[in-house]
Amino acid sequence: MTEALLEVTDLKKHYPVRAGVLRRQVGTVHAVDGVSFALGTGETLGLVGESGCGKSTVARSVLRLVEPTSGQIRLDGEDITHLSKAALRPHRRSMQIVFQDPFASLNPRMTAGDIVGEPLAVHGLATGKELEARVARLFEQVGLRPDQMGNFPHQFSGGQRQRICIARALALEPRLIVCDEPVSALDVSIQAQVINLLIDLQRQHGFSYLFIAHDLAVVAHISHRVAVMYLGRIVEIADKDELFRNPRHPYTQALLASVPIANPLAKKLAPLVDGDVPSPVNPPSGCAFHTRCRFAMERCKTERPALLDAGDGHQVACLLNDGTGRGR
Amino acid sequence: MADKTDLVLDVKNLKTVFFTNSGLFKAVDDLSFSVRRGETLAIVGESGCGKSVTALSLMRLVPDPPGRIVGGSVTLEGTDLLALDESEMRSVRGNRISMIFQEPMTSLNPVMRIGDQIVEAVRLHRNISAKEAHDIAVEMLRLVRIPEPARRAREYPHQLSGGMRQRAMIAMALACRPALLIADEPTTALDVTIQAQILALILDLQKELGTGLVLITHDLGVVAQTAQRVIVMYAGRKVEEASVEALFAAPKHPYTRGLMASIPAVPASGVAAQARLNEIPGTVPSLVRLPQGCAFAPRCKLAIKRCEAEYPPLADWGGGHLAACWRAEEVAEVA
Repeated sequence: MTEALLEVTDLKKHYPVRAGVLRRQVGTVHAVDGVSFALGTGETLGLVGESGCGKSTVARSVLRLVEPTSGQIRLDGEDITHLSKAALRPHRRSMQIVFQDPFASLNPRMTAGDIVGEPLAVHGLATGKELEARVARLFEQVGLRPDQMGNFPHQFSGGQRQRICIARALALEPRLIVCDEPVSALDVSIQAQVINLLIDLQRQHGFSYLFIAHDLAVVAHISHRVAVMYLGRIVEIADKDELFRNPRHPYTQALLASVPIANPLAKKLAPLVDGDVPSPVNPPSGCAFHTRCRFAMERCKTERPALLDAGDGHQVACLLNDGTGRGR
Repeated sequence: MADKTDLVLDVKNLKTVFFTNSGLFKAVDDLSFSVRRGETLAIVGESGCGKSVTALSLMRLVPDPPGRIVGGSVTLEGTDLLALDESEMRSVRGNRISMIFQEPMTSLNPVMRIGDQIVEAVRLHRNISAKEAHDIAVEMLRLVRIPEPARRAREYPHQLSGGMRQRAMIAMALACRPALLIADEPTTALDVTIQAQILALILDLQKELGTGLVLITHDLGVVAQTAQRVIVMYAGRKVEEASVEALFAAPKHPYTRGLMASIPAVPASGVAAQARLNEIPGTVPSLVRLPQGCAFAPRCKLAIKRCEAEYPPLADWGGGHLAACWRAEEVAEVA
């Protein structure tokens, strides 16, 4: 792998659960419970998992939009975990985010041009005619027409709004863009347009994506490497091809088997897991997946599996076969 | 086509319009289709294509104003639902024809126990005691594989997970053994492992009870795995209809072909690092200002002069494979 742009080590984020008149703490939500990964320059790491697995909390912690409970976040070798707001500001330029809902993440009273230009103005990088010219260039880069700069968000379609969000993220020439479910709110034909745009922009600019989605197929298309999360932990991480061809964690296998394939002649849907995701307030002991796993052993109930290398950088957290997971 | 007695639902030339400040628009325009006993018909399309309004029209639940069904017929087991008055319709709705919605939390009553909600639905249509109805409710919850059904029947919707709520919705919809079940994006709000469970459940129950199923979805994967026949809608109209095998083997409409090419697939084996997807340029047209000819023409690579001037008729390409395209013959050649 190339040098790491972002390094996350043992990241934890716990939220207290309070109840009663005295608001006493009665429990803890283990939203993120010890997550480590590295992201290289120009690389896309896909982060997948079902709702409540903590993938969005990881994204927000990386940007320090939520304060991590413990752990370390290094950007370009520098520890940014405990920097003050002022000290963090120069680093904010190099990391940007694109959110899921392009209807909620754009100020309805600002013109599209002002929205895209705001980061440049805030950081004092351009004013007047120059600002306008740079915004126009950004519009062209994301496939919008510069004459649309005076329009308001409601005059754009969902796909176009997401393009505005992407242009705003690009404005400061970041090195890392966190995409939190950027295409889940879009129609299928529009999804493809936005995914292609993201891929093209990365090839031009060479920045890295931390790409969060629940849709495995979308992640498969855009990522170089993929990490699968379950109840606040990474259960498997590998190169994309390797992960999809040779998944080793029973949860990853169940996830892949649950995706309906758009071919009526393909193998019919076979749910490999029963029941629901347990609550992250009191996650199961040992391996958090043992309550739904068809291969769970007695050990799985008490022993928490570590994320171990099963060969060729394919890491898996499963006690089966001496910690290398289950082969297919 | 099978003989008439097998037909559960027969929709002919359905037309539903909405009157809005920006003008009148045809949400569903001249739609015809039928569903047989035990058959699954999928309706696919993107937002605004009219698939949900179709479902509401079948249930006679289109909000009026601003909407109104202005033409056609909806024949369920020999009765034209559009000719019934409201009280007659109420005795059919939830009884012979039922619906499950995308968001189970907003379609269940939050202050009523799950069991009581099913009891209410059953007693509305059948003259039985509360005790008998309660037994049916628990039995239905068992049928949809909710663990400890008797205890769950006493719980409120917020105590159930998303998947469990959708199971409860299905139990309620099927409690009166309807001839037709309409499922409007029943798994869109659910996680993928739960989606697989719920889809398998719906198909099992359908087989067991012989219910006709209209499944509305935007997900071609769900269509391929569940349906026998498929209707593709675009801007309020049916642009293609075929058996699921024929549709996926050789789509005749450029829109269907474009949709199939644009969905990212989970790679079965080794795909190069990043793969660009085929995209359909442009966006879905506004229903208020539809072009005169084919609504897809502005986004279509194959469009010719004629496409902009005249709306193409639905032509039969054999075996009940219908497509509304002037250039359907050429579609297969242009990938």
